[in-house]
Amino acid sequence: MSLDAGRILVVDDEPAIRRLLRSTLGVQDYVVLEAASVAQALEVLEREKVDLIILDLGLPDGDGFEVINKLRPDSQVPIVVLSSRDDERGKVQALDAGADDYVTKPFGVEELVARIRAALRHRVQAQGGKPVFQCEGLAVDLVHRRITLNGAEVKLSPKEYDILQQLVIHAGKVLTHRHLLREVWGSENDDDVAYLRVYIRQLRGKLEADPAQPTLILTEPGVGYRLRVS
Amino acid sequence: MPETLQNENRPSPEALLAEARKEKRGKLKIFLGAAPGVGKTYEMLLAARKKKKDGVDVCVGVVETHGRKETEALIEGLEILPRQAVEYKGRVLQEMDIDAILKRRPQLVLVDELAHTNAEGSRHPKRYQDVEELLNAGIHVYSTLNIQHLESLNDVVARITRVRIRETVPDSIFDTADDVEVIDLTPDELIQRLREGKVYAEQQAQRALDHYFKPGNLTALRELALRRTAERVDDQMRQYMRTHAISGPWAAAERVLVCVNESVAAAGLVRAAKRAADRLDADWFAVYFETPRTLHLSAAQHERVAQTMFLAKQLGAETVTLPGGRHIAEDVLRFAHDNNITQIVVGKSARPWWFEWLHGSVVHDLVKHATGINVHVLTDELGDKVKDSARKTDAEEQDDGSARTAPAPGWLHADPKAYIYTVVAVAIATLFGRAVVSMVDLPNVSLVFLAAVLWSAARYGLGPSLFASVLSTLCYNFFFIEPIYTFTVADPSQLLALAFFCLAAGLTSTLTVRERQFAETAREQARTTAELFGFARKLSGVRKLDTLLATTAGQVATMLKAEVSLLTPDLNSGALKQMAAVPVDAKLEAADLAAAAWCWDHAQPTGRGTDTLPGSRRLFLPLRTGQGKVGVIGVSRPAKNFLLNPAERRLLDALGDLAAIAIERIRLAKDVDQARMLAETEKLRSALLTSISHDLRTPLALIIGSLSSLKSYGALYDEKTREEMLSTGIDEAERLNRYVANLLDMTQLDAGALKPKREPCDLHDLVGAALRRCAKQLAQHKVKLSIPASLPMLMLDDVLMEQVLANLLDNASKYTPAGSTIEIVAAQYKFSLLISVRDEGPGIPEGDLQRVFDKFFRAREGGDRGRGGTGLGLAICRGFVEAMGGRIYARNRNDPQAATKGAEFVIEFSPEVIAERPRTEVA
Repeated sequence: MSLDAGRILVVDDEPAIRRLLRSTLGVQDYVVLEAASVAQALEVLEREKVDLIILDLGLPDGDGFEVINKLRPDSQVPIVVLSSRDDERGKVQALDAGADDYVTKPFGVEELVARIRAALRHRVQAQGGKPVFQCEGLAVDLVHRRITLNGAEVKLSPKEYDILQQLVIHAGKVLTHRHLLREVWGSENDDDVAYLRVYIRQLRGKLEADPAQPTLILTEPGVGYRLRVS
Repeated sequence: MPETLQNENRPSPEALLAEARKEKRGKLKIFLGAAPGVGKTYEMLLAARKKKKDGVDVCVGVVETHGRKETEALIEGLEILPRQAVEYKGRVLQEMDIDAILKRRPQLVLVDELAHTNAEGSRHPKRYQDVEELLNAGIHVYSTLNIQHLESLNDVVARITRVRIRETVPDSIFDTADDVEVIDLTPDELIQRLREGKVYAEQQAQRALDHYFKPGNLTALRELALRRTAERVDDQMRQYMRTHAISGPWAAAERVLVCVNESVAAAGLVRAAKRAADRLDADWFAVYFETPRTLHLSAAQHERVAQTMFLAKQLGAETVTLPGGRHIAEDVLRFAHDNNITQIVVGKSARPWWFEWLHGSVVHDLVKHATGINVHVLTDELGDKVKDSARKTDAEEQDDGSARTAPAPGWLHADPKAYIYTVVAVAIATLFGRAVVSMVDLPNVSLVFLAAVLWSAARYGLGPSLFASVLSTLCYNFFFIEPIYTFTVADPSQLLALAFFCLAAGLTSTLTVRERQFAETAREQARTTAELFGFARKLSGVRKLDTLLATTAGQVATMLKAEVSLLTPDLNSGALKQMAAVPVDAKLEAADLAAAAWCWDHAQPTGRGTDTLPGSRRLFLPLRTGQGKVGVIGVSRPAKNFLLNPAERRLLDALGDLAAIAIERIRLAKDVDQARMLAETEKLRSALLTSISHDLRTPLALIIGSLSSLKSYGALYDEKTREEMLSTGIDEAERLNRYVANLLDMTQLDAGALKPKREPCDLHDLVGAALRRCAKQLAQHKVKLSIPASLPMLMLDDVLMEQVLANLLDNASKYTPAGSTIEIVAAQYKFSLLISVRDEGPGIPEGDLQRVFDKFFRAREGGDRGRGGTGLGLAICRGFVEAMGGRIYARNRNDPQAATKGAEFVIEFSPEVIAERPRTEVA
């Protein structure tokens, strides 16, 4: 990462957390902006250019969702939710509302930094990055619809391909069940999650070295799936 | 049901539903014969043996062999269930044991003689009702029946054979049987069998041959049996076509109405209507109109109406009791038009011609005004014969002391005093007439007498008023018409006047009496309505179930003049229990309890006057609302054979409905309370979860965050940042520790495991320790102490008290701005000792002053949520202080002098906490 690694807005009401993130992200060459409430966050966003937001959901003057809803869909600035809410509903809700990723408190800073990088890279990709995705032995060429695993071509059914395509487009990001169902099946019926599970199992069978212990397509229990980025 | 065009090709839902209901039920096969001796039982046994051979589990519930050898031979090898001995009037009768069958649960059970009447005290009065229960339990039944026992054919058979059959089976049983097999034998063959002694013993057989078994009778009965079966087959086919949505030539939608009155013939009318309805494949209604006359019916007549209506219901009619006015025919036609009736069945009036000429005939009016409705007027052949006997029974019942207390019938009946007063009134009229006769024309004097007649009619009813009419006529003649003081009339024109006077007096009195009766009925109804209204109002105010039940029992008892029991299911065991009764000590016998339980289970009227367990002394009705059943109400009267008449039944229904709704209201209120409590608990739980997830995780996040940050990027940090991160980790670990300690304290408090010690301790010490503990949190604040040096030692638990003070200080530090002052004040008063912690923060919203001590309550005013802590600190303070015998409360400082605002937490102890000998002072 270069000197202007990015400008990150940390929205959290706990000063100690803000301090910690300021120090940790500071040494990674990120510029850290701070806000302790929804109002402050919106004010900073109005004023400053921000490349990524780390957002706590429980804020004194409201809910972190308010910030997400205010930004989406106009702004595509990546949002990583940092929440002590570990109930899956909250996560899914945040992701469906437009958050890019989430990290649960308590967290290890390395993981947080990795997620921040993935979110920022994804932004770069979305703005015209390379169309070929590579991770471990897997290469996905979305332009030519070619998938190779360790050089050998892999045949996927249309639905399997659609799912993989979604995962690749959003590589490193959690995709909720609902997102996948909507994009691949055009349905938002939560009862169809069983289909999704079946196809994911088939995909893993074709792509993973050990489908029982997947390293590429990772499960986020109760939330969705994430494609690992190297 | 009227078939309409659009649903003709769709299976009718009723038909499908009936079909579905049938599937779970056992199947009933009836072996039908035209007369005894045709071999029904024999055929039934043959069929059963065949079934048994096919592997069906067959049992004999009850089979009468009548000593016939062939039959006895067939029964061998079949399992026969033992019968139940029922003692009745000193005789022991062997009845079918329905419970034994239900317990044994064979696939198929043989039950001979479907029309049999069970001994009194059995569960059901009739065997076909036993069979119904067996079918409902899913057991198939084979049974036998002779055509003369079919209810709707009762009159016809009686007319053919001149023998009235008492044991009857409702047609619905026959019509809904899954299979009917006619055991047909030509009359000649049957007579031959009789002669051979195969049916009855010789002597008996001869008698039978002479009477019942005449060839003509047998032929007619045989035709009846065959025709009735054919009708059934026809019906079945229609049913089949309907179920399978096959359109066919449906009969036009016919609806039959039969008018019921108190006469003996009414039952015959009902049966005739049933036959007509069957032929037309029509729905039918039985209607009874309550008129002012109803009030004057005898108890026996009331009961007959009840029984006729009951019969109609049994035969499948919809029974309706309506209030009627002066013109019954109009009421009938109104009902008929409202309900699309196409056929009306009425009985020919038994009244003499002059009565009809005077009062008009209902039948005549009906025929005259019924447009588009066929009116069937039936004569009553048999009725005439029984009428005499009925009249006799009516009279007997009246002599019987058990007759109802209602005014006895017969218009002559009245208090003798009424007649005396009537005589007096006529005498006064005569005297008055004499006084004025010189001043007015003679005809006008008659008006004075008319006044007396009117008065008598209005006051005493028909008898005395007619008496007054006659008496007035005589007096008028005797005292006023020339020649005076004789009953002779000289002038023919005077004779005419006298006749007119007599007529006018009679008419006036009947009219007045009728008016009076209407008024009486109206008053009666108004009273009932008012009482019902009052009852409803009384119930709406009741909050407790016990009171409600007692009120209901009392009300029903007063309005019906009956003994009342109210039963509701026990909350724990679910068993019915008598919850209220009038009289209070009323005991329910086993038979009553069984009837109540049946009523509850089947949600049907049970006991006296119903099909089920009529041996019970009480009538039980289910108390139901739209939501379900809530209880059972039982009524009885001391009279041995009481039956409620339709009006009383309606009243009981109304009272029951009101009570049921009220009971349900109370239940619902209870449910709502419970739900609210649950919601509160739920709120607490979610508050706890938030607290744990936020407040436990935040310090953990910081500890893990700083440590992992140091581990990964430690080399990149300067000395100061590293130091800062380390102290963050330690601070947060301490914060976590405090939190865990708080949780543990709370758990202890909740479990009631907290036993405070009582030792003398020095408040100065305690405050010092608390301040040391909170030094870090208080670093930004000024602390001021005002504790008098002379304060005695206090008998407190030092650990708990220190914790309380520390929590209060911690709380104050969280909610007040940096740089403000926190003050600890102690003061001893005569009746109390106060320790308070004051701050200069924003204070506490007035509404929250109490709630701040609730678990997980947090005033949002604090701004920085993370500082909010556990939401347990103050709850623990309260718990500890109360455990030590004191109390704690919060208030806002409003000291105009100091001009400071903020919150103040006050701990108050009674002087008992002061140690007896304050060591420092004594010295």
